[in-house]
Amino acid sequence: MPANLFPTGVEYFRILPEIILTLAGVLVMFMEAVFTNDDQRKIFGPFSVVALLAALAASLSASGDPGAAFSNMLIIDGFASFFRALVIAIGVIAILSSTEYLRREKSAGGEYYALILFSIVGQCVMVTANELIMIFIGLEISSISSYVLAGYLRDDPRNNESALKYFLLGSFATAFLLYGVAWVYGLTGSTNLDHIRSALQTSTPPLALAGAAAALMFVGFGFKISAAPFQIWAPDVYQGAPAPVSGFLSVGPKAAAFAILLRVFMTAFGPIASRWEPIVWACALASMVVGNFAAIQQSNIKRMLAYSSIAHAGYILVAVTADSTTGSAAAMFYLAAYAFTNLGAFAVVTYFSRKGERYVSIDDFAGLSQRQPAMAAMLTIFLLSLIGVPLTAGFFGKFYIFKAALDGNLFWLTVLGLLNSAVAAYYYLRVLVVMYFKDPGDAVENLDAPGIGLKIAVYASALGTLVLGIFPGWVLDIATRAALK
Amino acid sequence: MTLLDAVLFLPLIGFLLLLLIPKNNPGLSRMAALVISLVIFVISLGLASAFSGSAPDGFAFVHDSEWISSPPIRYHVGIDGLSLWLVLLTTLLTPISVLASWKHIDHRVKEFFAFLILLEFGLIGVFVSLDLFLFYVFWEVGLVPMYFLIGIWGHERRIYAAVKFFIYTFAGSVLMLAAIIFLYDRTGTFDYSQIQSQLQSGRLALSSQAEMLLFLAFFIAFAIKVPLFPLHTWLPDAHVEAPTAGSIMLASVMLKMGTYGLVRFCLPLFPNAAHRSAHWVMALAVIGILYGALVALVQPNMKKLVAYSSVSHLGFVVLGVFSFTQQGLDGAVYQMLSHGISTGALFLLVGYLYERRHSLEISAYGGVVTPAPNLAIVFLIATLASIGLPMLNNFVGEYLVLQGASYASFPATVFAAVGVILSACYMLWLYQRTFYGKASESLSHHMPDLSGREWAAILPLLLLMLWMGSYTQTFMPAISAQNARILDQSKLRLAQSPPSPSAVREVANAR
Repeated sequence: MPANLFPTGVEYFRILPEIILTLAGVLVMFMEAVFTNDDQRKIFGPFSVVALLAALAASLSASGDPGAAFSNMLIIDGFASFFRALVIAIGVIAILSSTEYLRREKSAGGEYYALILFSIVGQCVMVTANELIMIFIGLEISSISSYVLAGYLRDDPRNNESALKYFLLGSFATAFLLYGVAWVYGLTGSTNLDHIRSALQTSTPPLALAGAAAALMFVGFGFKISAAPFQIWAPDVYQGAPAPVSGFLSVGPKAAAFAILLRVFMTAFGPIASRWEPIVWACALASMVVGNFAAIQQSNIKRMLAYSSIAHAGYILVAVTADSTTGSAAAMFYLAAYAFTNLGAFAVVTYFSRKGERYVSIDDFAGLSQRQPAMAAMLTIFLLSLIGVPLTAGFFGKFYIFKAALDGNLFWLTVLGLLNSAVAAYYYLRVLVVMYFKDPGDAVENLDAPGIGLKIAVYASALGTLVLGIFPGWVLDIATRAALK
Repeated sequence: MTLLDAVLFLPLIGFLLLLLIPKNNPGLSRMAALVISLVIFVISLGLASAFSGSAPDGFAFVHDSEWISSPPIRYHVGIDGLSLWLVLLTTLLTPISVLASWKHIDHRVKEFFAFLILLEFGLIGVFVSLDLFLFYVFWEVGLVPMYFLIGIWGHERRIYAAVKFFIYTFAGSVLMLAAIIFLYDRTGTFDYSQIQSQLQSGRLALSSQAEMLLFLAFFIAFAIKVPLFPLHTWLPDAHVEAPTAGSIMLASVMLKMGTYGLVRFCLPLFPNAAHRSAHWVMALAVIGILYGALVALVQPNMKKLVAYSSVSHLGFVVLGVFSFTQQGLDGAVYQMLSHGISTGALFLLVGYLYERRHSLEISAYGGVVTPAPNLAIVFLIATLASIGLPMLNNFVGEYLVLQGASYASFPATVFAAVGVILSACYMLWLYQRTFYGKASESLSHHMPDLSGREWAAILPLLLLMLWMGSYTQTFMPAISAQNARILDQSKLRLAQSPPSPSAVREVANAR
């Protein structure tokens, strides 16, 4: 029996964000049962935002005192703190961009907010986990909430399809992950990442089998980050799920999954890097190519953004392939940049899609710049950032990633990746073409001005995109200090 | 804060100011754009003061401060004899473009002028950046407003042209980005001067294969922009579809980004690779000269004709640059400026014709000289300048390029000289078909002569054509000194060429 059976105060302090969010989620469920009229129910959104901000503050203050908690099950280091702050910030923007949508769809239930909060708890556990079992638990908390969120509007068949696909394929992938965990445990006798690392360093376990275990786990992670060839689910799920949920899914669970991918592969599987690097190399290239070339074909903007998110997973995998401190920092920066950019883009799509998401075809955006110039300008910023035009976050994200790749002598991956980003410019530009160069169609007539929550979400994302694009230094400094060695 | 910082950032401030103007007041937007661009032009004239008399050694108005600490990306700007005139060309042509769009642009007026001023910001930034990273940033920043200018206010096939323009340039520049990152990995800096000094001191030694790859990465990005045959196909589309102001800025300034990049980066940073590539680059340049001229000869569309003439003229610039002689390089830089003035004027005048008749087809015109004699005279001067008539600006550049190229490759010079003759053919034929002959009834009614605003836009360009053609002393010393430095630093000077004769004297002798 371990000596510290009873956790100390500092350990509770280190998981205070998770505690706050869990309590807030439970409280929202209670309020859901008690509050009957719509006015009272309006409190759910602001309440969740306040809870998330409190959790953010708790997370930031916990980052000042790094260390392990609960018998090394969790570790609050710079890396974990960075990602915990990121997923919580993602939660804030996701909720701000959802409130209006839910009211519009007449489904402003408390469970939506509770699910988002629980999903973020799961992601927080994932990014702070130092242990394969904790990773699995966090992943499941996050995933199960996400499955439900994807099918939140249960009367909409698109939502049902989306949730079912996500659930079936997700469970399948999790089984692979769990199988990999079992192998690792069998080979090394531990589920603690540091122990696994030292066991693999002594090379007593057969390294070929360890490589196979890493590959199995990569299947599980690859699914969560929607990397090719495990990306099949992403377009259907993103297209079918409610627009704000798609935005959330494309950044929140993805950022957390990348965090554990980086942590597991760079710490636990660090000694067998030569075995997994070729796999990640191939997946990175495949994701970029599949994502970009498939996105060109799309006419539905949510589906286009889904393929684009596959391509972006490919760029981040380039940084993972580099397997270095700069690579890890570049991936962290990119995930932050991508979070702001994509959340913003989906928030504008949410605003524009209108009741029942009738307007999600790219052609529906015709002439948006003339009816809602501010929103069109913001979407322009997000799309330019996705292309990677300088002075936006996406540019520096790509720059750091390809710099890390060249540092790691990944010459061909860099050139192919950069050429891919030129291909990508084409389909993002198509949205700009439609918004600016076409005359307004039926879809943009009678478009009401956006609500206050959505406005805050969009402007905050745009501000984040521009600040990271003009003064990337401070976030990169944080990321570099927090990066895995 | 130097004068150069002011010239660089005033357009950005102007852009933000324009955004604040209410949407339903197009008159105010026009006036504001004109005032802003004129103020910037007047201020930018102050830059030339540093180069009066003897040019300073190296860069003037240098401002070097940190932008991003790690990796060390610096806000490092400055100008020398090469960039000074290109900056002035940009600041001069922006108010002219504003005037050119005064009536022509009648919808989404505020956005138009805002994008035009933002474009000025990107263009000036390209010419003054002394940090490779900063250079790349501005290189891309200029792309976005031009994309919108073509896409929103262009003609029929504007969307196709705008997307093609963007993708072409973007694809070329991502390779340049890879090369910039690679250079940074080897040198630990993005700073142009530091990389150059590391190269000279031998601290940065590139294998010949690596140097060639880096050279190509930069070269392709620039060659697309120039555009060098066979990467020119975006240009006719973009030019024909762009509104007048877009064509002017594109032809006069944006194409110079490519040739400027060749002189500023490809030669000094990768001299050996540049030398080894010279034969095929010169061959492509000559093909471009002849091909552009021949295609221009058969164009039924005026704008397309002028666009292909640009391909031809820019071929001279590349030919001059890769002759590695003082005369060739001087001529190339002079030709960059001359082409900016004379082609800008031609696009402006074609725009005037289009505003009157709403057609770019040459066959829709004829006999314009009768109803609009002043327009005809002005067009004739611009035509003769473009052909390279002595005493007008293009002659100086073309002559020096041919002289410089003759030291490097005599056959190339002969073929290029044929291009000069062809330019007379297509331009004079255009003039003849448009202005002479009998004016049809409908044409005469819709062909008023130049208005005051139109005079104001074209007159500065006409004066400059004469000035640059007859008194090169104003411009050449700064250019020459800088080119001599580039040739010496990169140890590229062709052995058999005379040791740096004064280019100005050469021109005098030639007369």
